[in-house]
Amino acid sequence: MNKGWRWVVLLLPLIAFVVLVGFLLRGLFSDPTELSSALVGKPVPQFTVPDLYQPERSHTQAVLSGEPMLLNVWATWCPTCRAEHEYLNKLAAEGVAIVGLNYKDDSRDKAVNWLNTLGDPYTVNLFDATGSVALELGVYGAPETFLIDAQGHIRYRHVGDVNERVWRGELGERYRKLRQEFAANASGEQSK
Amino acid sequence: MISEMVRIVLTATVLMATLLLSMPSSAQNLEAYQFDEPAQEAIFKELINELRCPKCQNQSIADSNAELARDLRDRTYFMVKEGATKQEVIDFMVARYGDFVHYQPPVTFVTSILWWGPIVVVAIGGLVIVFRVRQQRSAEVELSDEERQRLAALQSQANKDEER
Repeated sequence: MNKGWRWVVLLLPLIAFVVLVGFLLRGLFSDPTELSSALVGKPVPQFTVPDLYQPERSHTQAVLSGEPMLLNVWATWCPTCRAEHEYLNKLAAEGVAIVGLNYKDDSRDKAVNWLNTLGDPYTVNLFDATGSVALELGVYGAPETFLIDAQGHIRYRHVGDVNERVWRGELGERYRKLRQEFAANASGEQSK
Repeated sequence: MISEMVRIVLTATVLMATLLLSMPSSAQNLEAYQFDEPAQEAIFKELINELRCPKCQNQSIADSNAELARDLRDRTYFMVKEGATKQEVIDFMVARYGDFVHYQPPVTFVTSILWWGPIVVVAIGGLVIVFRVRQQRSAEVELSDEERQRLAALQSQANKDEER
């Protein structure tokens, strides 16, 4: 048998072992509950949903376009939502547009009370009592945060709380990039 | 003594069997979902066992107690009731929750390793066996006349040593 071939055959198990170790090592640091959204790249689904403060007012998917923004899914029964609320307030103060989708809350009063006591970081407040809008969005828990571009297309989904680390990471990076593109387009159109 | 042991074992077996039989096969009370047509009911039952709860990952939406699983069951119920086919419901769920939501992943480039991986591994095993057998065969060299004489001499020497 050829000498070169012999080396390859002898090394094959070692290579297979290293690949397997790499694969399993990656598995140790990945979170299986973090699913990527099936809606990334697609337009926001159509919906009509009442306003949280004013039940007689309703909103459609149109509120989720016009500028890059976040759509935050939250509820008062969700402890992690409480944990991220301060940070959302901070982002809102910095000028980040965040639309809130209240997801299957215990009651409207409870949700309103929460925003009155903890502060309201949302530009628009949607009240999804039955979870039908959330189902259209593929929401499977709270909190979840969607990044939506100016055309109303979903660009990214983050599962879990938004905090300093997440905002420095992929979610924040993508938002800042969209903002830059948006600003460049806006100034481009003005100069025309 | 032995008959006593047999009796204990028998009692234990009967107890286990009763326990197992009395356990509900599904965690959910599915009686709330009533159908007029048995065909629709059959589709519904198949669907809720094939669709996976995205929240509680290793349970179907039939088994899960999660709120989300109930919402998905309700949605499945209404869709089937309104005459949706099985595929339509699956497509609806996959469009929102991804391939993850269906226990039967489609054959795509990413999932191809799941479908063809085992066959590839068996094929590699077969190749290794063929390779080794061939190698062994070619290693069996014929002895020359001189070598044969030496072998015979050594063998007779060994026999003599044994006799002593």
